[in-house]
Amino acid sequence: MRAKSSLKVDPIACDGHGICAELFPERISLDPWGFPLVEDPVIPPALERAARRAVAECPTCALKLVRAR
Amino acid sequence: MTATLARGHLLRGVGRAPTLEEHVRVFGQAARLDVADVERAGLRGRGGAAFPTAAKLAVVAATSQPVVVANGAEGEPLSKKDRSLLRVAPHLVLDGALLAADVVGAVEVVIAVARPAPELEAAIGERTLRRTTVRVARVPDRFVAGEETALLRALGGGPAKPTTKPPYPFERGLSGRPTLVQNVETLAHLALVARGAFGSTALVTLSGAVARPGVHEIPLGITLADAVGELTADPAGYLVGGYFGRFVAPQEARTLQLTPDVLGAGAIAVLPASTCPVAEVARVVTYLAGESAGQCGPCTHGLPALAGALDPSRRGDHRGEARTFAALVAGRGACRHPDGAARFAESALDVFADDFARHAKHRGCGRRDEGVLP
Repeated sequence: MRAKSSLKVDPIACDGHGICAELFPERISLDPWGFPLVEDPVIPPALERAARRAVAECPTCALKLVRAR
Repeated sequence: MTATLARGHLLRGVGRAPTLEEHVRVFGQAARLDVADVERAGLRGRGGAAFPTAAKLAVVAATSQPVVVANGAEGEPLSKKDRSLLRVAPHLVLDGALLAADVVGAVEVVIAVARPAPELEAAIGERTLRRTTVRVARVPDRFVAGEETALLRALGGGPAKPTTKPPYPFERGLSGRPTLVQNVETLAHLALVARGAFGSTALVTLSGAVARPGVHEIPLGITLADAVGELTADPAGYLVGGYFGRFVAPQEARTLQLTPDVLGAGAIAVLPASTCPVAEVARVVTYLAGESAGQCGPCTHGLPALAGALDPSRRGDHRGEARTFAALVAGRGACRHPDGAARFAESALDVFADDFARHAKHRGCGRRDEGVLP
């Protein structure tokens, strides 16, 4: 079985552009100040494509997809 | 300050900083120490996080060319125990730092302080060190400067602001080298463990409505009521663990046992019934918002929002809002600053529920802010 991926936000790098929530609303919403709230960081294979796109488009490279433990 | 230090285990034979000779006479020579000794003693960190010391030592011992950093920055406004310890028992802290360096294979020790530490400097001057270098370094006297990654950054010449983990200090710390960061009290306990004692006491700083304010050494596991001793007024609540701790209701004081995880950095304040707890709490959360390093969005924006929701001068009921903000900021920073502020606020809303309700309804309680919490 393939290892699942996990979404991680680097809170220092994040500037709250909000692009991730736009591209990946299935898992990411924004708090009242525009910073991402990750609902469930573990990403199933079916959602991985969308997650990767959000990661790639983050202007400050604050969003990362890492191998889940 | 020294007059209020009780005679206990760490603080045995104190009154002023002893010379090396006097120190050895009171405590004896430090024997060798290994990780197993520390594990048997069950020692936990005294900087606030109560992390098992043996586990940290073992991890750093497995790295190459590590550094030891003794954390005496003590940015917590309610705490004075670390600077007191450095003043009256600098040789004990030095013993612990050198023993820790030995255990992990380090030849460099840096002792970080936020204020001048002449007794410590004098104690270092008395030592003949062959292999290990020990130096004292000043860091800014700010709340967040004591957070270990902020401390390491400041020691490296950068701003005293936390960094994202990983990498953890034991992976990449001072000058990029694996680093053991230990609170100075933890190191003093290590020095006692090396002499066959156990880390069974803790330093606490008492303030507020207590008959004996100041730094005391208490046996771990005693109740909160026994630790604070005689009060000078009716208590409204106890703050245990400083500004990252939690409020405890008076009826809990007789049963709550003080373990390292409950004690945090060891600061205990007793709020008298005469002060307005809502104003005290709001003022502290405003302070904590101002002490945010300003690096992470949820902390930068969330803590002022939390402080605003708690503001006693605002009309209306903002308790729900405060709970929402507290829940929103927790766990979303690079360090635990927002978590600490959230826990402080949430426990205040629980313990002072009646007072917050009165404020929501009547916009005040008739009591003034006595400034018990600095």
